[in-house]
Amino acid sequence: MRFDRIEEKLEILADAAKYDVSCSSSGSKRSNKNKGLGNSDGMGICHSYTPDGRCVSLLKILLTNHCIFDCAYCVTRRSNDIKRAAFKVQEVVDLTINFYRRNYIEGLFLSSGIFKNADFTMERLIQVAKKLRLEENFNGYIHLKSIPGASDELMREAGLYADRLSVNIEIPTVSGLKKLAPEKDHSDFIKPMKKVKNEIIQYNSEKKLIKSTPKYAPAGQSTQMIVGASGESDREIMLSANYYYKNYNMKRVYYSGYVPISNDPRLPSLGSQVPMLRENRLYQTDWLMRFYGFDVNELLNQQFPNLDVEVDPKLSWALRNQHQFPVDVNSAEKEMLLRIPGVGLKSVHKILQARKFRKLNYDHLKAIGVALNRARYFIICDGRGWEKQDLSASRIKSLILRNSAGKFRKEYSSQLSLF
Amino acid sequence: MNSPKCLLYDGTFKGLLTCIFVAFDEKLEVNNILAPGIHKTDIFAENIEVITDETKAKRVWHGFQKFANHRSQNAVYYAYLSELPKIELDILRYFQHTFKSKANIHGDFTNKHVLKIAQTAKKVGREKHRMEAFVRFQLTKDKIYFANIEPDFNVLPLIEKHFTSRYSDQQWIIYDLKRKFGLYYDLQKAQIIQINFSKNLSLSEEKTRIFDTSEIEFQKLWKKYFEATTIESRINTRLHIQHVPKRYWRYLSEKNPLHK
Ligand code: SF4
Repeated sequence: MRFDRIEEKLEILADAAKYDVSCSSSGSKRSNKNKGLGNSDGMGICHSYTPDGRCVSLLKILLTNHCIFDCAYCVTRRSNDIKRAAFKVQEVVDLTINFYRRNYIEGLFLSSGIFKNADFTMERLIQVAKKLRLEENFNGYIHLKSIPGASDELMREAGLYADRLSVNIEIPTVSGLKKLAPEKDHSDFIKPMKKVKNEIIQYNSEKKLIKSTPKYAPAGQSTQMIVGASGESDREIMLSANYYYKNYNMKRVYYSGYVPISNDPRLPSLGSQVPMLRENRLYQTDWLMRFYGFDVNELLNQQFPNLDVEVDPKLSWALRNQHQFPVDVNSAEKEMLLRIPGVGLKSVHKILQARKFRKLNYDHLKAIGVALNRARYFIICDGRGWEKQDLSASRIKSLILRNSAGKFRKEYSSQLSLF
Repeated sequence: MNSPKCLLYDGTFKGLLTCIFVAFDEKLEVNNILAPGIHKTDIFAENIEVITDETKAKRVWHGFQKFANHRSQNAVYYAYLSELPKIELDILRYFQHTFKSKANIHGDFTNKHVLKIAQTAKKVGREKHRMEAFVRFQLTKDKIYFANIEPDFNVLPLIEKHFTSRYSDQQWIIYDLKRKFGLYYDLQKAQIIQINFSKNLSLSEEKTRIFDTSEIEFQKLWKKYFEATTIESRINTRLHIQHVPKRYWRYLSEKNPLHK
């Protein structure tokens, strides 16, 4: 290995890959067979954290940052005057194995600029994964990027070696995409996504009959959308996310606050702030849709196209829907408990358990972990009437904000606890 | 004579279980159980030296298993590995409480010993996970992947399984500098070893002698990677320290100047 050359490439190609926020290594189970190297136990480990507070779990790099396209929001775009580099297939294999053996990483996340054409690029990515699996007997985690426009045959092959596949939609709306990446066709993104979805469905049904069916992308597929690059509303973003969850069985949709990288007049200028709080609110909305039984239209609609940055989206919904409250924590259905501001999934579970034994009061709820500073205006429980009395929504909001000002203003990261 | 007793044991888990057996068997009132090298504070208690006995240890453990579920069993073992002062006494009380209630008592947090065991086990579990994440191997000239650790608790026995199943095709050593023992995996199984390190281990000549020539290069690459993957406009130091407490930093190559 020529270490100095590799170092230079690594610097360029890790830097170019860092805008992809997904670093998850969970959701896949691969055991170590025949004294091979590594395993994935489904949990995923963060081996380190960058100073921006993000988990480092995978070696996340581009195979190359040469690209024939010119998407305005991307550092790798053809017209950008930057250093270019390309790894050889074997170099990526060696780096992955050597990092893995030292317990630096859980595996590899390989993406790429598009050189020559989609299939040529996709094929190279597959070569890396194939070598790792077949030659190195590597059972660690592999996440490959599906290159927009790649053929069905290649997408089929990719899933045989990768744990996860992802195509980044990046721009949530078709019109935004037209503006910022005019050479790209929306249907090119959909094509590999559709193929991967169908393969996963087929794998799941075949596996029931034949146990030895080779694994196909066991950690599923994900996508990412850039937030705040093309002026779309929160509603447009979440409608789009909802569409991909429903129609392509996405495991995850990631939201990435746009980090300004150019002076293109179509985009926020250099030096503008990364919209991290907005990003966090979108993640919260995502969770409400996936785990709390909310329909996207309840949280965002024509009347409320954008999330309230001051309070979390559940509280914001509750303030608009006061006729649904108070909820009696000692008798309400699970579905309604989930809708109380300040009550998370774990608390709901604990409430359901605990109320079998006794009627719960404020002290019990506090011990369970309910955030009473928010919940109190929306519940009744043992020994306490309804705190709200006849307070207006805006009054409740200001009372809550006053009691939690520090917390709400400072915590900007999506990785902090969400509710 | 019914004065309180202080049991002295050899520091092993079996030794502790033997103490618990003896306490039951002889109906002793025990007010302390001490591992070697720990100073006794209560001068009024009578010392009894307990010799570790495999059969007695097993009998107590089997009896315990009858009532205690997997979680409680783990909790007790994890708590033992914490090596916190007086934790042995909490473990004894936990056994007594279990036998008296003839039931699994894991959730009975109104009992202060049960609470203490559960809290301690949780801390030990957290460090186990941290070690699985933060061990950094360095390749030696003899092709052994070597890592030092200095955990707050004795978690080496807990992380053995993770590392043997993950790194089954490479020889490795994980060495606990604080407790002066390590695990050596020889491609078949992991065993306990002790190493007399030369005093000069921290010198760079010594390192060059021991470690593979590529080792420092991979550390450099990792460090480069780590720097390149950070997005400056998102830096959040408070969150960062919450994830990786500073006391772990000395073992993470990406957080340290490279030797040489
Ligand atoms: S095709 Fe991909 S890598 Fe190339 S400019 Fe567009 S987003 Fe960037």
